Amino acid sequence: MAEPQRARPKPTPETQHFWDGTKAGELLLQRCDACAHVYFPPRPFCPSCASRKVSIFKASGKGFLYSYVINHRPAAPGFTPPYAIAVVELDEGPRMMSNIIDCPQTPEALELDMKLEVAFQALDDKITLPVFRPAKG
Amino acid sequence: MRKNQVAVVGAAETTELGVIPNMSQLQLHADAALNAIADAGLKLSDIDGFATAVETPQQVCHYLGIKPTWVDGTSVGGCSFMLHVRHAAAAIEAGLSKTVLITHAESGKSMIGKTPRSTAPDSLNGQFEAPFGVYGPPSMFPIPVLRFMKTYGITHEQLASVAVVQREWAAKNPRAMMKDPITVADVLNSRMIAYPFRLLQCCLVTDGGGALILTSADRAKDFPRKPVYIMGTGESVETPMVSQMETFNSSRAFKTAGPLAFRGAGIAHKDVDHLMIYDAFAHLPLFGLGDLGFMPHEETGQFIADGNTRPGGKLPLNTNGGGLSYMHSGMYGMYALQESVRQMRGIAPAQVPNAKISVCHGVGGMFAASGTIVFTNERSST
Repeated sequence: MAEPQRARPKPTPETQHFWDGTKAGELLLQRCDACAHVYFPPRPFCPSCASRKVSIFKASGKGFLYSYVINHRPAAPGFTPPYAIAVVELDEGPRMMSNIIDCPQTPEALELDMKLEVAFQALDDKITLPVFRPAKG
Repeated sequence: MRKNQVAVVGAAETTELGVIPNMSQLQLHADAALNAIADAGLKLSDIDGFATAVETPQQVCHYLGIKPTWVDGTSVGGCSFMLHVRHAAAAIEAGLSKTVLITHAESGKSMIGKTPRSTAPDSLNGQFEAPFGVYGPPSMFPIPVLRFMKTYGITHEQLASVAVVQREWAAKNPRAMMKDPITVADVLNSRMIAYPFRLLQCCLVTDGGGALILTSADRAKDFPRKPVYIMGTGESVETPMVSQMETFNSSRAFKTAGPLAFRGAGIAHKDVDHLMIYDAFAHLPLFGLGDLGFMPHEETGQFIADGNTRPGGKLPLNTNGGGLSYMHSGMYGMYALQESVRQMRGIAPAQVPNAKISVCHGVGGMFAASGTIVFTNERSST
């Protein structure tokens, strides 16, 4: 347990596969079999066309920094300010909230549109969070 | 919905605003309601419709002794009261209610009897946002700002000028919490809260409440106050997760609710004499000016920095001082509505001369929801 007080996700039947994926080191998204729409967060139907025929697939884990704040106060339990709360746009289209690791938490270092790649941060033996780091090369 | 068929005939805030350590949230509701009842020259027994948010309708109705035949507990954040006005107008037109009371109150600062707010760990927010360190509105609401700034070339100084201009309005308002003049440099040197926003770009945290009373326009002429007619209304929701907005370059909820209200009222932007855009944080007036179609988003920052929204400017905006300087108990929409009504009655502390049409635009739950009301004080106006 790296940060015991940090807010801990509790999976539901609709999201369990996502959290099983992160635990196994995979970022899983869903694609509609009918209209090919790729979406997040997880649900067993397509929010674009309402088809219940959807597939889970492994995302590339690549994306870019869409926006962020650097939070100073109040800080969430388990976080040491200042820390960036980022929204990452994945190459597959969906966006997700995350944190940026291996990077100074400063406006100078956190450039919008910078390329990012997924990494995985285990909170405990059940939950692993998807986080992002500056892409190599 | 037809325009100008329903009017505000009672409007009041709590007797005190700011820090009210001797009243619970529920009593603040009652204080605002009793003030509005007195303003309208009514008795509590005249109220047959009731709406509120966060606090439940049953709680407030029981406390006040109201026996309603129409209730609305729509609770979508700070703009809930704009939605209540819209729903109440429809209910009155449909004959479901004759006289609707809408209340808001929050012990935001003193935290007495305040409805707890929490994020369940198995909710979507709890799973996909809370673990990454969001903690209250200052860490969430500004998340789109840097993208918005980059897309439209908005500067930190322009965003700071929002707070400066609103302080100018607040200085004219005896009930405003913060009245001392500030400069762009003051804003940019104030304590960092969540980059890019500093203390003076974030709303106040205060105690207070407000209440509105609506009835049919035909009955309204018999009331003691100058009627303020509901000319147009709009509402929408997008997502409770700020990370899942369609884009950070605008708000889909704003772009739905705003134009709906303008179309319903049958007005163009040049017809607007007075404007309220819920300013929980300094970027909201920029989103609002763009999404409501007053100007391209690119121009919003310079428009405010140039003084167009300040006292004497061509588009008076947030004339009570706004959530940044007037007050913000947690759900500010009610106070924006109160200021629009005061402007239409001609009794605002910083009155806009000859104002006939006021647009009041609200936001709720970060960018989750939106409601827009167009008011007028001339029943036959275009």
